[in-house]
Amino acid sequence: MSDFWRRFRRNRGAVVGLVILALVIALAALAPVIYPGSPWDMATAPFVPPGEEGMLLGSDSLGRDVAAGIAHGARISLMVGAVSTVAALLIGVTLGAIAGYLGGVADDAVMRFTEFFQTIPSFVFAILLVAIFTPTIGSVVFAIAVVSWPPVARVVRAEFLSLRSREFVQAAEVLGKSRVAIVVTDILPNALSPIVVLSSLMVASAILLESALSFLGLGDPNLMTWGFLIGAGRSVIRLAWWMSVFPGLAIFLTVLALNLVGEGLSDALNPRLARRRAGGAL
Amino acid sequence: MELSRLPGFLLRRGVKAVIVILAIVVCNFLLIHAAPGDPASVIAGQSGAADERFLAQLREQFGLDRPFHVQLWIYLKGVLTLDLGFSHRQQQPVWGLISERLPATLLLTGAAFAFAVVAGVTLGTLAARRVGSWSDSIITVIALTFYATPLFWVGLMLVLFFSVWLEWLPSFGMGTVGVELHGIDAVLDVGKHLLLPAATLGLFYLAVYARLTRATMLEVADQDFVKTARAKGVPEGQVVRRHVLRNALLPVITFAGIQAGQLIGGSILVETVFAWPGIGRLAFDALLARDYAVLLGVFFCTSVMVVGFNLLTDLLYAVVDPRVEVEG
Repeated sequence: MSDFWRRFRRNRGAVVGLVILALVIALAALAPVIYPGSPWDMATAPFVPPGEEGMLLGSDSLGRDVAAGIAHGARISLMVGAVSTVAALLIGVTLGAIAGYLGGVADDAVMRFTEFFQTIPSFVFAILLVAIFTPTIGSVVFAIAVVSWPPVARVVRAEFLSLRSREFVQAAEVLGKSRVAIVVTDILPNALSPIVVLSSLMVASAILLESALSFLGLGDPNLMTWGFLIGAGRSVIRLAWWMSVFPGLAIFLTVLALNLVGEGLSDALNPRLARRRAGGAL
Repeated sequence: MELSRLPGFLLRRGVKAVIVILAIVVCNFLLIHAAPGDPASVIAGQSGAADERFLAQLREQFGLDRPFHVQLWIYLKGVLTLDLGFSHRQQQPVWGLISERLPATLLLTGAAFAFAVVAGVTLGTLAARRVGSWSDSIITVIALTFYATPLFWVGLMLVLFFSVWLEWLPSFGMGTVGVELHGIDAVLDVGKHLLLPAATLGLFYLAVYARLTRATMLEVADQDFVKTARAKGVPEGQVVRRHVLRNALLPVITFAGIQAGQLIGGSILVETVFAWPGIGRLAFDALLARDYAVLLGVFFCTSVMVVGFNLLTDLLYAVVDPRVEVEG
């Protein structure tokens, strides 16, 4: 563990990322304390520029506090990022494990299925899913998970392919362990480090994806999100630049922090691993 | 590969593409049925256009009283004859709406792609030739920045900077409203409107291609045939262009194929920000109106575009690189 921490610390960017991430998490956790009450409530006059009338980051067209919106939005962004990543991991790890461990026809079928999901324009598909299942926090998480599992399946399959013929797996087979037990207790723990690195990058892409969906008006209508704030500021950008600038900076900093932490994790968990970075184009 | 093996290779890839397209149609069909409520009301849109008589007509048209597989067959036949349904919001066939908007989207994505490849490969080449120099660190910073920035926000910031503050470039549309322009003036006008959206969409890929070019160029530069070229006295510029860069471009082609879907998804956001009259903007309007027929049509058409583009990069790759494996 101390070894892990030492290698992680050597990557200065990763440490900066970790600090930013900690601040964002603190902001999300403390949002109801710093900004009690609903972020949807009017706090002052409309279009107050940043720094005036006690509005740190200004107010929007309905006199709502932009800073309060960002603080409360942090909760939703982080939550959607985390939950949809867990869901995508469940799908990806299961399919990847089946393909990599069983091989043969199962492998072929799973990989064709994965390729299909990698071919279709994933953002358009996510829009379609959320629109058809009506925008709620659940459908947003579902749509993000459905379009982001393929890289996990590929990575897990590759790991399983190389691990399944190793001696300790053969030993477990000879001992008569069940397949499920071998996969869960023998192979999976050894395939964990690339999954961990990939997850931090997936949380980052999920946050970008969520912000893009809510920017298009596909967020949960009852929840304040960063993408919604930018979408609301778009039409009045000539009048109130702060409405779109600050929420965007919040997204940028959070996603950047997660990418940096991902790099640090990659260095720390597997020094020889080529630096992988999954970026979202959104 | 040898040219004689090309037709077989293309045939296999073609069959694969057809299967993917069929799967997309089935996927669309299942989505209509998975939606809450009656497929007829989904197709008609949640509210407004749907009175009882009209719904009954839709149910009959799609054969909703018939067995599931018959319904699928009817739907499949429709899509394959380019009958993507009817937008009751806009009172037009969906395919008509999409084909009308397609050129604008192709112009935007094409320009963004060209910008990203040219600028990205140039930056990557510069960075690879001087590892550790300013251009090297700049592409790392650009890449990190654009990996983490939401595309639509980049667009808004460019609007804020170049349209609102500097007043250099128009912030929306594809042409100046209310003026008749001809010939070169009209082209320049569209070009001026294209600049910001294409830059927004291209910047992310610029970063990707720059990094990719840099990495592969460094890899190729160490190989024997490059050393041989240097040893026999080929000028440095020619070594870089003919021997290193040409080989380093292959991964860029592959990557372009992989990212075609993302480019199209990104164009929805960019077209929304800049009111660019393409299919992305069409999708956004359909989204606001809950016009599912148009949304499904856009998903189908963009998927076909991606599959077509992948086929094109496969072909390009096979022609450029004689070592490409013909299996698969």
